Amino acid sequence: MLEQVVVVGASAAGLSAVETLRQEGFAGRLMLIGEEPRLPYDRPPLSKQVLAGSWSPTRTSLRPDEHYGDLDVDVRLGVRAAGLDVASQIVMLDDGETVGYDGLIVATGVEPRRLAQGHDLSGVHVLRTVAEAQMLRADLESGTRLVVVGAGFLGCEVAAVGRARGLEVTLIDPLAAPMMRSLGAGVGSVVAQLHQDHGVDLRMGIGITRLLGRERVTGVELSDGVIVAADVVLVAVGSTPATGWLVGSGLPAEDGLLCDAMCRAGPGIYAAGDVARWHNPRFGIDMRVEHRTNATEQGMAAARNLLDARVPFAPIPFFWSDQYDAKIQAYGIFPPDAAPVLTRGDLDRRGFTMSYVRQGKIVGVVGWNMFRELRSDRVLIGTSVVDLATATS
Amino acid sequence: MRIRVDIEACIGAGQCVLAAESVFDQRDDDGIVVVLQAEPPDEESGAVRQAVALCPAQAISIDE
Repeated sequence: MLEQVVVVGASAAGLSAVETLRQEGFAGRLMLIGEEPRLPYDRPPLSKQVLAGSWSPTRTSLRPDEHYGDLDVDVRLGVRAAGLDVASQIVMLDDGETVGYDGLIVATGVEPRRLAQGHDLSGVHVLRTVAEAQMLRADLESGTRLVVVGAGFLGCEVAAVGRARGLEVTLIDPLAAPMMRSLGAGVGSVVAQLHQDHGVDLRMGIGITRLLGRERVTGVELSDGVIVAADVVLVAVGSTPATGWLVGSGLPAEDGLLCDAMCRAGPGIYAAGDVARWHNPRFGIDMRVEHRTNATEQGMAAARNLLDARVPFAPIPFFWSDQYDAKIQAYGIFPPDAAPVLTRGDLDRRGFTMSYVRQGKIVGVVGWNMFRELRSDRVLIGTSVVDLATATS
Repeated sequence: MRIRVDIEACIGAGQCVLAAESVFDQRDDDGIVVVLQAEPPDEESGAVRQAVALCPAQAISIDE
């Protein structure tokens, strides 16, 4: 019988884990530890409504404050986990306190990657937290020239908000098209055209060498020597799993905390959300998913398995991105070697679904302003391409 | 239970339909949630709770 469960990480995955533990009848002591000084909140609106100014940051709260009392969870905010002793079952906190556990859920998420140089200049931002969104928003209000380094989801969404706010926007990425890391080349060219139509200056297939400026950033130097003027810079070059506090614990961390199909990382230790690299038996590969719905689903799965449910976590990942009037949604996985095939609609009209095929099987489907159709295409995942023509004819 | 949805928050992900297809649907043009049964029968309550939990926009709530 578990007596004391500690959940490290007070965002979507951690919240989902504590709620599931209580729903499944865990009646022992429950602690939720969060580094930020805020109760759990929702991150996707940060790069959309919060940055655009249509939502106040408080609207992102995931639950009312009194919810945590109702759950009987001891919430510790503004404190970081600093170490883990697996043999003694103790989490060390950065304020010197130690917390014992007999069940542990690691949901520490990711940290934005930074450039080697230039982050200390004012006007240079990363975007992961509410506080960072507020600082970036303030700079967008006074700024005129935004440069976004990195054209993944986050970079593309912030570029769109920048244009909506009337800034000049330059979007830079070393790959040939935006969002290629997440969706391959199939959709990348459509995303590129979308941003060009909205007046974004796209610089694809090129890196940056440094940020310019003394106290405040004044520009970005590209690897061909060209200088792009800037008074606001967002660095959106991906994230690294927050596993630094586990160094020396003996738990295997390699681009995420390594888990089995049950999300188990060690004795009494499970992981969920952006930080977890687990074996997804549906696709037969180890994966780590930095998407919102996965945080909730994996928080549930890790909590249930900690309570001995022994159910493999085999989701079809889902994600979405809103840019201008485009709503892009995707189910499945999009490895670089998967070939995109148009399933419905028309790329030029920007209403379509595509299937991504690898080794004769559909592994992912993506939709662009096609909602019910994409949801029905979801069942194609795992089927062979021969079925594709029949399924959508 | 009675279901409430916030169509301004809804992002059209359709996770609610996947969880409880007799209770939720989506509009054709923009994917926004449509509630088919605002007071669903008891046997749907587990599926509806799953829909509330999985909604990526926190757009569904329940009055018990």
